[in-house]
Amino acid sequence: MHELSLARALVEQVETIVRREGADAALAVTVSVGALSGVDREALEFAFPLASEGTSLAGCRLRVEETPVELSCDDCGQTTRPERMDMVCARCGSRGIRLTGGMDFLLRSVELGMREEGAAAGGPGRSDHV
Amino acid sequence: MCEECGCHTPAGGAPSRPHTHPHARGEAHDHPHAHAHGAGHAHTHDPATRTITLQQRVLERNDRAAAANRAWLAERGVVALNLISSPGAGKTLLLERTIERIRGRTACAVIAGDQFTDNDKRRLDRTGAPVVQIETHGACHLDAERVARVLPEVVRDGTRLLFIENVGNLVCPAAFDLGETFKVGLLSTAEGEDKPLKYPALFVNCRVAVVTKTDLIPHLDWDLAKCRRFLQQVNPGIYAFELSARTGEGLDAWCAYLERLVA
Repeated sequence: MHELSLARALVEQVETIVRREGADAALAVTVSVGALSGVDREALEFAFPLASEGTSLAGCRLRVEETPVELSCDDCGQTTRPERMDMVCARCGSRGIRLTGGMDFLLRSVELGMREEGAAAGGPGRSDHV
Repeated sequence: MCEECGCHTPAGGAPSRPHTHPHARGEAHDHPHAHAHGAGHAHTHDPATRTITLQQRVLERNDRAAAANRAWLAERGVVALNLISSPGAGKTLLLERTIERIRGRTACAVIAGDQFTDNDKRRLDRTGAPVVQIETHGACHLDAERVARVLPEVVRDGTRLLFIENVGNLVCPAAFDLGETFKVGLLSTAEGEDKPLKYPALFVNCRVAVVTKTDLIPHLDWDLAKCRRFLQQVNPGIYAFELSARTGEGLDAWCAYLERLVA
């Protein structure tokens, strides 16, 4: 199970954003997991709270969007979704295809909890602790 | 009180920060954000939550290290193959026999990844090629930073081919770019013919597939034609070798291919 490594990489990435934005905490994180990314959704959901413990992501919610495999056909130019990992153009049946979707594991959005003092001061005073 | 975060509306007041989230009991609410100030001032608040949208690879840090490895290897004219298979598919024996055959003409080096032990290194040392063992101590895959740390030790002047024998695992190593020239997926005849369909994340990412232990085929209910079909199904055009490191069957074509890569 490599999802703990992945969850740690994700937490590290979000912590950088929390610091950069001068936020208090990350409240929710959305990721997209490609069907061919080699990432198992359930294992990731299990590992994420463990990796967030003791960080600014403690208690953060994880939303996982699953992205399907997409093929772009060199012969007919269409983008289609294969069935059952059969990498053939669903429109014209060609195997002259390129994978254009479903490979990536991406961080898509972070909901940040902003520091109250900065807001209450109403000014630029988003104190930077970097 | 909401069990999600402990937020609640105290008598006569509002919670300190507006926020929304689903509630375990299904109760929905949003927090009004207006209140009087004891100090007698008024102001508008910035929203206390902010959402940033992005499109960032989670393995960005690994990918950066992998890109640096790739550039480092390219500068030295080294072709690097990342060999991935389940444990016991025969990666180490294949490398032993391969290096024995080609090392007189093509200088090879090996990075061997395992969770524990340097058994593979000790076997491969006998080939005379430089070998570095990475013990991952539990991790199920190599990553680009680990590889970066050993590259200067294992790649010598004149090294042309670097074999990176990944930790035996068909799932996890596929997600980590090491900076290799390309990935090679191996499957042995002792496994199911449908491994490519069951583990497509690996096989779609390989330029080359190697079917090992072909000498066992007569003893198994194993259908080579089916395996070939499944490989082409997940990765049309994948270059496939069929060989037995034990008997030497198919090794000539494999070795000739490797030597052409660095010719």
